[in-house]
Amino acid sequence: MAIFITKDSKVIVQGMTGAEGTKHTKRMLASGTNIVGGVNPRKAGEKVDFDGNVLPVFGSVSEAIEATGADVTVIFVPPAFAKAAVIEAIDSGIGLAVVITEGIPVHDTAAFWAHAVATGNKTRIIGPNCPGLISPGQSNAGIIPANISGSGKIGLVSKSGTLTYQMMYELRDFGFSTAIGIGGDPIIGTTHIDALAAFEADPETAAIVMIGEIGGDAEERAAAYIKENVTKPVVGYVAGFTAPEGKTMGHAGAIVSGSAGTAQAKKEALEAAGVKVGKTPSETAGLMREIMQSIG
Amino acid sequence: MDLYEYQAKDLFAAHDVPVLPGDVASTPAEAKAIAERFGQTVVVKAQVKTGGRGKAGGVKLAETPDEAEAKAEAILGLDIKGHIVHRVLVTTASDIAEEYYFSFLLDRANRTFLAMASVEGGMDIEEVAATKPEALAKVPVDAITGVDRAKADEIVAAAKFPAEVADQVADVIVKLWETFVSEDATLVEVNPLVRDPEGKVVALDGKVTLDENASFRHPAHEALVDKQAEDPLEAKAKAKGLNYVKLDGQVGIIGNGAGLVMSTLDVVAYAGEKHKGVKPANFLDIGGGASAEVMANGLEIILHDPDVRSVFVNVFGGITACDAVANGIVAALGILGDEATKPLVVRLDGNNVEEGRRILAEADHPLVTVVDTMDNAADKAAELAAAGV
Repeated sequence: MAIFITKDSKVIVQGMTGAEGTKHTKRMLASGTNIVGGVNPRKAGEKVDFDGNVLPVFGSVSEAIEATGADVTVIFVPPAFAKAAVIEAIDSGIGLAVVITEGIPVHDTAAFWAHAVATGNKTRIIGPNCPGLISPGQSNAGIIPANISGSGKIGLVSKSGTLTYQMMYELRDFGFSTAIGIGGDPIIGTTHIDALAAFEADPETAAIVMIGEIGGDAEERAAAYIKENVTKPVVGYVAGFTAPEGKTMGHAGAIVSGSAGTAQAKKEALEAAGVKVGKTPSETAGLMREIMQSIG
Repeated sequence: MDLYEYQAKDLFAAHDVPVLPGDVASTPAEAKAIAERFGQTVVVKAQVKTGGRGKAGGVKLAETPDEAEAKAEAILGLDIKGHIVHRVLVTTASDIAEEYYFSFLLDRANRTFLAMASVEGGMDIEEVAATKPEALAKVPVDAITGVDRAKADEIVAAAKFPAEVADQVADVIVKLWETFVSEDATLVEVNPLVRDPEGKVVALDGKVTLDENASFRHPAHEALVDKQAEDPLEAKAKAKGLNYVKLDGQVGIIGNGAGLVMSTLDVVAYAGEKHKGVKPANFLDIGGGASAEVMANGLEIILHDPDVRSVFVNVFGGITACDAVANGIVAALGILGDEATKPLVVRLDGNNVEEGRRILAEADHPLVTVVDTMDNAADKAAELAAAGV
């Protein structure tokens, strides 16, 4: 097992024929992902050859589902068209939409999220502005390099892409059930809490690493959730202790204004919930290492 | 991007939100000319992107054009919480019968928008929220259905606006929502929204934050960028498509991925505690695909920062593997030639790390030190920066 994607996942790619879509479709295929097709209304009916893997292009997500039984879509559509692409995915009823696209206006994200809620939350949305997720050895939906770490019993949820990679690398001798990058935008579809709940329920996950960063109060809410609902050991890391107030640090969500949302406030909230919090990525990996060794 | 009050009010006026007539001046003479044109008592207001202007002496009443000139003279050049006043807004003065508060903003926790309104405006709204939360109405707004007249009436009722202004306030709320949506704002705030003695409702101040991700559909927003106030290195980095923020330390930072770079700043600040208190000099994220050119652009920006004493290049090789990054660094140093004068500490980890380290070892550049972990590399960079202080 793993969370959200497994070896049985059938994946389609919206924006498969664009530059990013093409590059990452190749990478996902190379890491064993079962990709069954792509979507591009202007290229419907065409076939694309990815190093010998010939994939069909469909005119819509619904057509792709009908023809292939796809249950996951990975979205690489450019920002101006991302809202329509996500709404199309939601309307198709597909189970999981992973929105990799960076730079989507927040009014557009708010609109597709409101649409998902209004239609009964049938589609889990991950992202936007995220690296996606990987269940090593099973499936890879997004841009996380598949060769950093193999499978194991650690679950990882992170706002940041490269910190995800760093943490996977530091703990590669233990391996991961699933590593998921939820994205750093102010509005995201899948939260730390959603991932924590799924890891708690997943029998193959023994312990959880949670990586947060300054801005918002998602980590504080996750801490409250952990206290009440998570029995598995959780180790945390928060980036941005020394970030100056009022400056945006790359992630649109990573802006500190006032006292709420600081790294210190997040660390204290997590520690109050019994989560061990590392001061640096390496120290955090060290804390998880101790836990995994004690679990055996 | 945060706007100045005068820019926010221009947007308000464009969307028919009632504001007082006003114009912006960057010299006392201009302020005088504007006051002459209005021919009545004016208010001279410092234009800075921070609160507490009034307390800092940045807002003054002027009864004559000469007085407007004198007040502008006093206000221009003021330092308000680190923000130097380069412009003043000269606006007609209004008597105030009542002050209210209104804003639309992003509600991250609930993943939607929020209207906040209070009949106790004029003061710091955080203070109202903390000391008298019942006086601040918070009404969620659905991103799809938005704010029509019925929704505006609901907000007006929730905040208990007096009956005699309810109609006007609801009208203003609908127009502020139009501003919020059509300009792709993440914040629209009016504090205070006032009722004047004649019963007219007017936005006396304005604060707007625009979503830079939406700039592709707002070509007009480019003109709102205050080039004068931009840090020259930040402006240069922006022109090269780099995500750079100038900070006040001595260790230049280059990394890939916003989270890793933020983490790098922390690790360097910790390491600096042992080395004369040196700190990170900047935030610079060169992104996942760190080509030689991008690396050269990044190094060039940082090496031109006179505050920088050492540079820490912290890269995790993911999609762009470490060998490509190492080639990028070597090529960048070649491009920069004699311009590269400060020690570089490089930490590479991830895909093809051995090959990457071998490339750097073979290049054997006198300025480059390769350190194998992030924590040790931060320590080395802080040590080198401290030696140069």
